[in-house]
Amino acid sequence: MAFFLETLLGGLMAGMLYSLVALGFVLIYKASGVFNFSQGAMVLFAALAMARFAEWIPAITGIESLFLANVLAFLAAGVVMFVVAWLIERLVLRHLVNQEGTTLLMATLGIGYFLDGLGQTIFGSAIYSIDIGMPKEPIFVLPGVFEGGLLINKEDLYAALIAAVLVGLLSIFFQKTITGRALRAVADDHQAAQSIGIPLNRIWVIVWCVAGVVALVAGMIWGSKLGVQFSLTTVALRALPVVILGGLTSVPGAIIGGLIIGVGEKLSEVFLGPYVGGGIEIWFAYVLALAFLMFRPQGLFGEKIIDRV
Amino acid sequence: MFYRENGQFKTSYRADSQIFPIAQDRWGVLALLAFAVIAVPLLADEYLLRAIFIPFLILSLAALGVNILVGFCGQISLGSGAFMAVGAYAAYNTYVRIEGMPLIVALLSGGFFATLVGLFFGIPSLRVKGLYLAVATLAAQFFCDWVFLRIGWFSNNSSSGSVAVSDLSVLGWSIESPISKYLFCLGVLVVFGVLAKNLVRGAIGREWMAIRDMDVAAAVIGIRPMYAKLSAFAVSSFIVGVAGALWGFIHLGSWEPAAFSVDRSFQLLFMVIIGGMGSIMGSFFGAAFIVVLPIFLNQALPALGSLFGLDISTALVAHTEVMIFGALIVWFLIVEPHGLAKLWSIGKQKLRLWPFPH
Repeated sequence: MAFFLETLLGGLMAGMLYSLVALGFVLIYKASGVFNFSQGAMVLFAALAMARFAEWIPAITGIESLFLANVLAFLAAGVVMFVVAWLIERLVLRHLVNQEGTTLLMATLGIGYFLDGLGQTIFGSAIYSIDIGMPKEPIFVLPGVFEGGLLINKEDLYAALIAAVLVGLLSIFFQKTITGRALRAVADDHQAAQSIGIPLNRIWVIVWCVAGVVALVAGMIWGSKLGVQFSLTTVALRALPVVILGGLTSVPGAIIGGLIIGVGEKLSEVFLGPYVGGGIEIWFAYVLALAFLMFRPQGLFGEKIIDRV
Repeated sequence: MFYRENGQFKTSYRADSQIFPIAQDRWGVLALLAFAVIAVPLLADEYLLRAIFIPFLILSLAALGVNILVGFCGQISLGSGAFMAVGAYAAYNTYVRIEGMPLIVALLSGGFFATLVGLFFGIPSLRVKGLYLAVATLAAQFFCDWVFLRIGWFSNNSSSGSVAVSDLSVLGWSIESPISKYLFCLGVLVVFGVLAKNLVRGAIGREWMAIRDMDVAAAVIGIRPMYAKLSAFAVSSFIVGVAGALWGFIHLGSWEPAAFSVDRSFQLLFMVIIGGMGSIMGSFFGAAFIVVLPIFLNQALPALGSLFGLDISTALVAHTEVMIFGALIVWFLIVEPHGLAKLWSIGKQKLRLWPFPH
């Protein structure tokens, strides 16, 4: 029982991180109808930027404090992501207004490849580490209930907390601020939003910036867990079924989908994996999402798609 | 001046609806084919055949298959690598497990099993489309990667996980030398190219295109979406499966699942985008482009760097390659969504009217 609960908790916390990456997808889709396949490349790019700035800034300015260096590196990487967002809007999206979803999807694939190459050219392609001072040691809870207590990874716990805070902030941003309302208006109808004076281009830049920041936070957490390296881009591929399960247009969907996928992955790996040879995490999430699609094509909380001629 | 159609009168429907209605095109294609069959084996050395021509032919075939699905039927697929893998492993298993199995039959069985798997993963296309479908096909990719890596039966329980074939021959003609491999692939490509061209300009091809352009409207005018979509999946995965079998048998000789990873799927999609979505010709252009560009960059970039006194490392070349691919895809989508094939046909159109602009 304790083992089951541990697996469950581990799954929930991993799921929180998937939600974070999935949120990047959902944000961009909600506000511009673009399915951003470059999210993985953005996570890698942001993490690379942050890892390298955290090395460069103390080397140049002579800052001793690890915390200050990390904050500065985070801000610098944030600025870089802003520039990237602005360039993407300027160079790509502006020219692809009113194109079909699949065209935009393939364009973001191109953007992703470009960012992969660019990031590794500028920041180097070795494995870097991000040290944001997350405690690595596990903690034990409820020692009275279970023998030996429940083992919880502190690092995962902090990561899940950060993710939860970010998700909360974004929900408030989307629901309560004027910009957030404008974003939702654009998502509903580009033309109508434009006609009441919402600047479409600026909204897109904002959305991609927010997605960039989400990528940065995700990259920071994943990077400090796994090290910053090319395999970070696959994190986005892991988060794709989350989006599908939760629905492309729903922020709560991304969170709940992430939790379901996280738990499903861990449980399937631990309890089903040994019978079929292990390593089933990756496709299990996809097959789960796929099976779900057959019954509810728009996902858990997605809007129903109505086609008209 | 020489590329005109005036004076070439069509007096029957047959003559009017042939693949190459202009005589110069027919002669051009025949000349190209003659060049490919006779001149290339004589002129090209082993490196050229192995590094450029054979991969180009096989990837053209795969791109042709992907183009039928993505370009003609509008069902975006990121799982083509998986269908190649299914083709390769199914062909391997039939070839190794059945005594005296002819090579051609083994290759076709690769296509057949790829069709079955393709149909299975094509079923979601009846419910979902566009972005959701792209993710659904990714499921095929990851599932197949896992199956061929983890289930020993498929790789004949080989301890290293990689499989190999040797002593290939068709009707007593040994396919071991680069030239015979090249000619064999060329033959397969020509056969499938003609078949595909005829399919897409027939009734079924028009159904696919109607579904691509607007599936609801197509359903309204009496096209069965299920039949059209699943047939596109079937034809596409058959061709891709045969290409995968060729890639394993002829090009690689021995391979492991990593040869058909998700990167291969993306690569095939890029071929279709750059070459031209919805164009048979475009598949060849796209494949040629993607095969040649990395080789070209590997040669050109260090040379260019030394011109300016810079030392360009292989890692930088690799990153630049990825960046150029990404930039090109975006550029093509913005500027010329129909790819190189469209540029080619614009060029021909201009030539027909030359020297007059209109």
